[in-house]
Amino acid sequence: MTEPDLALPESLAQTRDDFLALSERDRLQLLLEFANELPELPERFRDHPELLERVEECQSPVFLIVEVEAGAVAVHATAPAESPTTRGFASILAQGLSGLDVTAILAVPDDYAFQIGLTKAVSPLRLRGMTGMLARIKRQVREASAA
Amino acid sequence: MTAPYDSSEKFQSYAHPERLVSTAWLEEHLDDPRLVVVESDEDVLLYEVGHIPGAVKIDWHTDLNDPVVRDYIDGPAFADLMGRNGIARETTIVVYGDKSNWWAAYALWVFTLFGHEDVRLLDGGRDRWIAEGRPITTDAPSPERVDYPVVDRDDSRIRAFKDDVLAHFGKPLIDVRSPEEYSGERTHMPAYPEEGALRGGHIPTARSVPWARAANDDGTFRTVDELTAIYREGAGIRDADDVVAYCRIGERSSHTWFVLTHLLGVPRVRNYDGSWTEWGSAVRVPIATGAEPGEAPIR
Repeated sequence: MTEPDLALPESLAQTRDDFLALSERDRLQLLLEFANELPELPERFRDHPELLERVEECQSPVFLIVEVEAGAVAVHATAPAESPTTRGFASILAQGLSGLDVTAILAVPDDYAFQIGLTKAVSPLRLRGMTGMLARIKRQVREASAA
Repeated sequence: MTAPYDSSEKFQSYAHPERLVSTAWLEEHLDDPRLVVVESDEDVLLYEVGHIPGAVKIDWHTDLNDPVVRDYIDGPAFADLMGRNGIARETTIVVYGDKSNWWAAYALWVFTLFGHEDVRLLDGGRDRWIAEGRPITTDAPSPERVDYPVVDRDDSRIRAFKDDVLAHFGKPLIDVRSPEEYSGERTHMPAYPEEGALRGGHIPTARSVPWARAANDDGTFRTVDELTAIYREGAGIRDADDVVAYCRIGERSSHTWFVLTHLLGVPRVRNYDGSWTEWGSAVRVPIATGAEPGEAPIR
């Protein structure tokens, strides 16, 4: 097993361990499961795409928004069904980060995308897309909690 | 034995009509044992969401690239890839994929490096097949392994390396990336590295023709007259017989390579797969910035 990582929240550590326990091929299957489980946007954002931030690092149109309520963070993201890989990454982050507090999110290692054992199956550009999502989530969290 | 050709009228005006099949033709021929359908997408998971019944998946990143060296797989690896997907040397391959066949054309180009004779594209690709309501399944096929000979990759005819491009000045070069990539004013967030190139801009004298101009909104190829206007006239290829195309890593330019080679019949077209991620990081190669092609360097 991997060393306990103090900076990595339990949820993301669990996801990482789940991926690393699988063969390369099955990791893609798990990513597909995450893609299918990307939560729908809450209704208040569904009709207001302008409130969401586009993730320019992703080739497919990915949008996300972060809400901070009483120190707890909620991450919402949307990505097209034709981009399951990107949806999977968005889903890992949205599910793994939502409910955490600001400090925990800002402490997530920036290279998390490269820790989940997908560097062979997924091109580096894609993984950088996930890194871009994380960076934008952190920036939004920082802005929201400074306000 | 290869499968019969699609005699659709639209294809007859192209230089090599036998390189395309229509969605209707493919649906009719899905059970033809001489044919293997290959899906090749940008998104490594898209095939798993649903694919043409019986189609096998070949991924550009995990299947066609060498895992260590920046190069394509070698003859034995290619023979294994084909064999385990039920493809024999004389099998007809029809490739299709997402994004107007962008990655499908890349796979077709790599298959051509190994001299696979009969490899065709599905006009309109994955999106058109689905838009027309044709059958899709998530059932994984289980192809029977066949023997595929070990063939050496031939990089001399359709592939260009950096030195070839340096020796090519004076002949047509086509940059198929977006206008922003071409000019060198790339959008990227602060403290975030550019996509694998240290400099922005384009190879001097290269004309900008974003790859997707060759496709209609439904992903099918434009007519030969439209393509002639775009490339021979618009991009200054005229009746040149030796053209090099490039993009970021050689995928989008494979699409343009297909158009120039098989639809317009330009005799010698090479894809520079090192493309901008090599050129934009190489030491002392000439670079032009802005919207103009720029001058060839004086040698």
